[in-house]
Amino acid sequence: MKNKKQLNQTTFLLMITIVLFFVMYGIGCILFNAQGFSKTQNFLNLFISNAGLIVIGIGMTVVMITGGIDISVGSFVAMGCMMLAWMMEKGNIGAVPAVLIVLVTGIVFGLVQGFLVAYMDIQPFIVTLAGMFFARGMTAIISKDMISITNETFMAWAKLRIYLPFGGYYNKKGVLIQPYIYPTVVIAIVLLIAAFIMLKYTKFGRSIYAIGGNEQSALMLGLNVRRVKLKAYVLDGFLCGVGSILFCLNTLGGFVEQAKGFEMDAIASSVIGGTLLTGGVGNVIGTLFGVLIKATIEAFITFQGTLSSWWTRITIAALLCFFIVLQSILSMMKTKKQ
Amino acid sequence: MNNETIKKITSQRLFLPIFCLILVLLVNVITTPNFFSISIRDGVLYGYIIDIINRASELVILAIGMTLVVSASAGTDISVGAIMAVSAAVCCNILSGGERAVTEYASPLIVGFLAAIIVGVLIGCFNGFLVAKLNIQPMVATLIMFTAGRGIAQLITDGQITYVRVDSYRLLGASFDGIPIPTPFIVAVVMVAFTALLLSKTALGMYIQSVGINKKASSFIGIKSIFIIFLTYAYCGFCSGLSGLIASSRIYSADANNIGLNMELDAILAVAIGGNSLAGGKFSIAGSVIGAYTIQALTTTLYAMHVSSDQVPVYKAIVVVIIVALQSPGFARWRKSLAKKKSMNITQKEAA
Repeated sequence: MKNKKQLNQTTFLLMITIVLFFVMYGIGCILFNAQGFSKTQNFLNLFISNAGLIVIGIGMTVVMITGGIDISVGSFVAMGCMMLAWMMEKGNIGAVPAVLIVLVTGIVFGLVQGFLVAYMDIQPFIVTLAGMFFARGMTAIISKDMISITNETFMAWAKLRIYLPFGGYYNKKGVLIQPYIYPTVVIAIVLLIAAFIMLKYTKFGRSIYAIGGNEQSALMLGLNVRRVKLKAYVLDGFLCGVGSILFCLNTLGGFVEQAKGFEMDAIASSVIGGTLLTGGVGNVIGTLFGVLIKATIEAFITFQGTLSSWWTRITIAALLCFFIVLQSILSMMKTKKQ
Repeated sequence: MNNETIKKITSQRLFLPIFCLILVLLVNVITTPNFFSISIRDGVLYGYIIDIINRASELVILAIGMTLVVSASAGTDISVGAIMAVSAAVCCNILSGGERAVTEYASPLIVGFLAAIIVGVLIGCFNGFLVAKLNIQPMVATLIMFTAGRGIAQLITDGQITYVRVDSYRLLGASFDGIPIPTPFIVAVVMVAFTALLLSKTALGMYIQSVGINKKASSFIGIKSIFIIFLTYAYCGFCSGLSGLIASSRIYSADANNIGLNMELDAILAVAIGGNSLAGGKFSIAGSVIGAYTIQALTTTLYAMHVSSDQVPVYKAIVVVIIVALQSPGFARWRKSLAKKKSMNITQKEAA
C-alpha cells in the first residue's frame, strides 16, 4: 500500500510534466497557427533538433538515479563533434570508423570517470568537472578553428529523410507534402525505449534505483555498489558518444564553443521530468518530456521573432523553479502524513 | 628529522593543500626562471607572483562563501558566477544611468556599489530560502539562478556591454595612488580576516559545522539549523556580489556573458583542493584560500609556459584529478592495504 502511494507521487509529477507540455504546445498552436505551429512537421522538428539532447538526457537520468551527476556531457559533445569532423576532414578516416572511434572514446571516458567515482570515492561533481575541463580543452587541442564536415557518407546519413505514412497535407500548388524525420530521431526513440525497459525490468536497472535510494542498504542486500556505479557511468559515457554523433549529424561541424551549457539543459530536463538529484527517483519518459518542454519554449521564441534568446533561459529557470518547489512541497506533505 | 616528526607534519590537515601549492610553484622555478622576480612598474608591484595574488582575489572571496555553504548544507552553490554577472550589471547600469557607455557617473559611486551588493545578498537569500526552508537539494536550487542569472543580467544591460569609463571606478580592480599593492588583494585579505574573526569570535563557525554534520541533531540541541543554512547562502551571495564588483572594475564594464564565467567551478574546486569534504561538516577557510591560490597559480603557470587559453583546461583537469585523487578515501584505502601487505611480508620474513 505504501509503495503504491509513493508510485502515485512519482507518476503525479510525471503527469504534470506531460500535461504542461501539451498545454504549452496547445497555446503555441493557437497563438502561431498562421505561421504553421500546429503542423505535424513542426511537432516532429522538436524531436529532430533535440535528438542528441534526448539521448544524453537518458544517460544523465541514469547517473542521477544512482545519486551522481555528470556535468561533462556538454564538453564531451563538443569533443565528439570535433573528433568526427577532424577524422573525416583532416584524417582521411571513413565515416563508419570515425563514428566507432567516438563511441569507444565515450565508453573509455565513462570508464575513467566511473572508476574515479566508484572506486576512488571522489565526489561525482568534482570528477565530471575535471572531465568537463578536459574534454573542452581537448577540443581546442584537436583544432582551434571550426571544421565543417563534407564527407559524403556522413552527409548522406544526415540528409536521409524517413517519410511518415500519415499526417501529410497539400500545399498551395496541390502537391502532397509528407512529414519526415531523420534517422537520428529513430535512434533516440529506440534508445529511450531500451533504457526504459532496462531501468524497469532488468537486475541492473533495479540495482541502480536501489543504490540511489539508499547506498548502505543496497550494500547490505549484497549488491556490488561500486560495480553498478561504474557500469552506470560507462553507460552514460556510451550514450554521450551516441548523443554527440546525433548532435553532429545536426550541426555538421565541430568548433570549440559548441554545446556550451548543454549539461545544464540535460540536468534541467531530467529535473523537470521528475528525477531527484538525491537519487533513487527518476524516469526516462519524464526526461523526454523535459527535453520537449525546452524545445517548445525555443520554438515559441523562434516563432515570436522579436524576443531575445535569453528569454529561453529565464523561462526555463522559472519552470525549473516551479517544478522544484512543487516537488519539495509534495515530499514535505508526504513526510507530514507519515 | 625522524619518522615521527615527518608523520606529524604529513598528518596535519593543511599539509596536502600546501604541498600541492608548493609543488605547482616549484614547477615554475624550473620552467620559468624569472617567475619569482618582482619589480615596480608605474608605482605598482609587478611580476608573475603578484599576478597570481592579484588575479586570485575574486576566487578567494568566492571560495570563502562557498566553503560556508558547502559546510552547512553539504551542497554547492553553482550560481555564484551568475550572481557576479548580475551584480556587475546592476552596478554599471546604475552608474551609467541606463546609457551604454559613459565618462561621468549618473549617480554616486557608493549607490552603485551598495545596490550591487544588495542584489547579490538578495539572490543569496533566494537560494537560501529554497535550500533551507523548502529543503531542496542545493545544486538544484542554485541551478535556477545559474540558468536565469545571465539572462537577467542581459535584461538589465539590454544585451549589450555597459562601459563606465571613469578613473575612480577602476580603483577597485587596479590600485590606489601611492599604494603599490593591488586593491583586489587588499579586499580579499580584509574579507578573509573579517570572516575568520566572525567565525572564531562568535559561535557561528561551530554552529555551521554542527549543522553540516547533523542537521537534525543540531535542531534538537537548540541551533536554528534552517536559519544557519539560510545565513550561509546569504553570505555567499554577498561574497559573489563583491567579487562581481571587482571583476567589473577590472574591465570598467559589465559584460553579462563573460563576467564570472566558470567561476563557480573554480570556487568549488578551490574548496575541494583545500581539503574540505564536499559532503559538509568540518571546514577550513585557510584550506579553501590556499586552494584558490593553487588554482590561480596553476592557470598563471600554464600561461607562463605559453599554453593557449583554450587548452589550459586540459592540464588543469589532469592536475586537479591527481590532487583530488591523492586526497580521496579510495587512495587512502589503497595505501593502507599496501602498508598492511608490507608489514605482513616483514613478519613472514621474520618468521622464516
